[in-house]
Amino acid sequence: MRNKYEKPHDSVKEPLIHLVRRADIPVAKAWLIRLVCVLAGLLVCALFIMSITSLNPISVYASMFSGAFGTSRRIWQTLKDMGMLLIIAIGLAPAFKLRFWNVGAEGQILIGGLVSAAWMIHLGGKVPGFFLIILMAVSAALAGAVWGLIPAYFKAKYKTNETLFTLMMNYVALQLVEFCVDLWDKKQSHSVGIINGDTKAGWLSPLFGQQFAPVVLIAAILTAAMYFYMKHSKHGFEISVAGESENTARYAGISVSKVILRTMAISAGICGIAGFLEVAGVSHTISSLTAGGRGFTAIIVAWLGKFNPLAMSLITAILAFLSRGANQIASDFNFNTYASEILTGIILFFILASEFFINYQIRFRSKKGKEAA
Amino acid sequence: MEDRSAVRMENVTKRFGSVTANDHVSMSINYGEILSILGENGSGKTTLMNMLAGIYYPDEGYFYVNGREVTIKSPHDAYRLGIGMIHQHFKLIDVFTAAENIILGIEGSRTYDLKEVNQKVREIAAQYGFDIDPEQKVYEMSVAQKQTLEIVKILYRGANILILDEPTAVLTPQETAKLFKVLKAMRADGKAVVLITHKLNEVLELSDRVTILRKGQYITTIPTPVATEQILTEAMVGEKVTLDIDRPMPVNPEKRLEVRHLTVYNDERIKALDDVSFDVYSGEILGIAGISGCGQKELLEAIAGLQRIEEGGSIVYTDPSGNEKDLAGVPVREIRNLGIHLSFVPEDRLGMGLVASMGMTENMMLKEYDRGRSPFLNRTSSLKIADEIKNELDVSTPSLDTPVRKLSGGNVQKVLVGREIAAEPVILMTAYAVRGLDISKSYTIYNLLTEQKKKGVAVIYVGEDLDVLLALADRILVLCGGKANGMLDARTVTKEEVGRRMTNIVNEEAKA
Repeated sequence: MRNKYEKPHDSVKEPLIHLVRRADIPVAKAWLIRLVCVLAGLLVCALFIMSITSLNPISVYASMFSGAFGTSRRIWQTLKDMGMLLIIAIGLAPAFKLRFWNVGAEGQILIGGLVSAAWMIHLGGKVPGFFLIILMAVSAALAGAVWGLIPAYFKAKYKTNETLFTLMMNYVALQLVEFCVDLWDKKQSHSVGIINGDTKAGWLSPLFGQQFAPVVLIAAILTAAMYFYMKHSKHGFEISVAGESENTARYAGISVSKVILRTMAISAGICGIAGFLEVAGVSHTISSLTAGGRGFTAIIVAWLGKFNPLAMSLITAILAFLSRGANQIASDFNFNTYASEILTGIILFFILASEFFINYQIRFRSKKGKEAA
Repeated sequence: MEDRSAVRMENVTKRFGSVTANDHVSMSINYGEILSILGENGSGKTTLMNMLAGIYYPDEGYFYVNGREVTIKSPHDAYRLGIGMIHQHFKLIDVFTAAENIILGIEGSRTYDLKEVNQKVREIAAQYGFDIDPEQKVYEMSVAQKQTLEIVKILYRGANILILDEPTAVLTPQETAKLFKVLKAMRADGKAVVLITHKLNEVLELSDRVTILRKGQYITTIPTPVATEQILTEAMVGEKVTLDIDRPMPVNPEKRLEVRHLTVYNDERIKALDDVSFDVYSGEILGIAGISGCGQKELLEAIAGLQRIEEGGSIVYTDPSGNEKDLAGVPVREIRNLGIHLSFVPEDRLGMGLVASMGMTENMMLKEYDRGRSPFLNRTSSLKIADEIKNELDVSTPSLDTPVRKLSGGNVQKVLVGREIAAEPVILMTAYAVRGLDISKSYTIYNLLTEQKKKGVAVIYVGEDLDVLLALADRILVLCGGKANGMLDARTVTKEEVGRRMTNIVNEEAKA
């Protein structure tokens, strides 16, 4: 048709792939997607193993399983890994729910561990063992809380960026630990060694004959308590409201600054307790490696578990299994440790991908569109 | 017959997840006419036009522009076809001048001559009667000027098909009249003008034809001369509706609030309220009119205890038994603890009045959760209130625990208004209570407010639709740039008078 307005215009094709946001998804379907993704991850791992080593992937998986659950000792090791990571993630959850991005768990763990170690070194054998343990635990929680309250105060009062602040506090804690290690190190070995190896003062005593049982027990108690706190307490409700919208919180008469300070004290206090458990219940030493990056891994756990303590337990179980299993295959098949870390990475990648497929649907260009073109 | 067809759409369908925004819509747009697209919120008017403007890509269907089938994949494709859209939210760069905004994003030559651009902008302005200075910076412009700039921007790019999405929502009656004049000039010049709207009087005043959509479906197209408000409303809503608001005279009004010399600075440290004084009475609806952002929000928030009030201001509350208390500077929780039932439906429903990710039950707890000494939550009473509101106001939600953000705008508002009314208020403040609601739900809200008024509640209603304000309120306080610009009798005042006071400060002595 003739027309004075039209300029030459090439008809364009419909894009091949559309990403469509899902409105809603049934819970069962979401879990099905997660399961399929994990299975797909295992499949890709198997292909990777075969292409690199021509080993039978089934035997590699069997070795992973045995590494994590093969003996009673290994089971307790895996449980301990899980418990430690879970406690930190449990600590982070309320802060994250409040949208206070606490990336300072590393520092809070270190400072808690440092205070515990200090009491062990200076009071070991001088006060009753039970009293020492309580003192260590309480002061570790307080030290962690202080470490978290500093950035929280500045956030509440001056609206400073808590992500940068908590991150920088990690380095301060790290330097403090290194300074104290040098201070306490009497053999010039750049390490404090096992503290009170002879007297075991300040060591958590084994439960049911298991060294790690106290750690696992405390993790379980904290998880249950946090679940209850977030879901059924007035504080938990305030955290949910203030995290969702500061304006709604103001409207409801909630003091946001107060909630920030209180929540960070709890969050960082729990991370401090994690430091105490690491020193008193697991490694019985203090070093710059005491936190070991778990303060960051716990962030992934908290997010993947959507700050729900029960879901977070599941995630930590998978992670603990993967890392123990990966170590095992590294030794069984003479893998480089990096190779086993690649396997862990692949699985994690697929777990993250499952969240994408839960939120989005992929649509391909429809047949009808083609006919029209 | 001359072929005037500009756009023809056939069976256009667009889905968002499980929601079908447009369901096989076919319609046409002609040159030299103003076409209204009428429909309630959520009827798919904007989505349909967004597809024509290249913002969305349709799932199904065909577009013909100037008789040729076209695929419009981006706003650039739309521009090339001469289609331009003015959105509700302007897309302008504040620190640029008008002319700089106009040429921003135009494909073609890498260099440009600003003088030439300014000249061409002035020509367009002269041709259609726009009031625009190409060298003015956007941040110095009023809302109406920004809108003008958006229209000129599109004309500059050679658009012959203009789509305006609810253009009058942000304008005063005077500015609206000016806009309509410009649109008529464009029609006379042979351009196709599409007006997306839900206001019947605009449709009847301006357009040549009106296309009606309902729930994503095409209903009909009517030539305006044969249309009446009743026909249009019924086509839009799908059932008979009565458009009358019952307005009984206030019974035994008693002074509830005496606001004096209220001055408030907003978050940007700009004076949002400037020495405002007025009284609020029980058993009446006090309407508050004003261009958006003239201090309405700050006024309600100041009364609710959410704003810092400058020295010298007072908000004296008198309870039904005659006790007085100055609420100026008293925080929310303290007002609540004093036993003053002050309900507030804020403008930002999901960002302030409700917690979007929580269900109805938990949202009922928002103002009650801290009752009692126990550190734990008590859900029982909230559950009961949520259930009552769901039944009484007919809230459609899959369950009481479904996050309220998943509910439609009307249902969200019912939850919020329901909660505030369930609190048995003495004072009930609402800001833009019907924004985004369809006609019948709007009337539900008007009726709820009138019912509260009959119960003796002092209702404060901040609104943007002047027709409704004049029909619903007993008195109207006009705010202009943060100043009180007259307390008017809603039963006798004219819309023009209110509109005039919204933009110009009236000399108080002359009034007296």
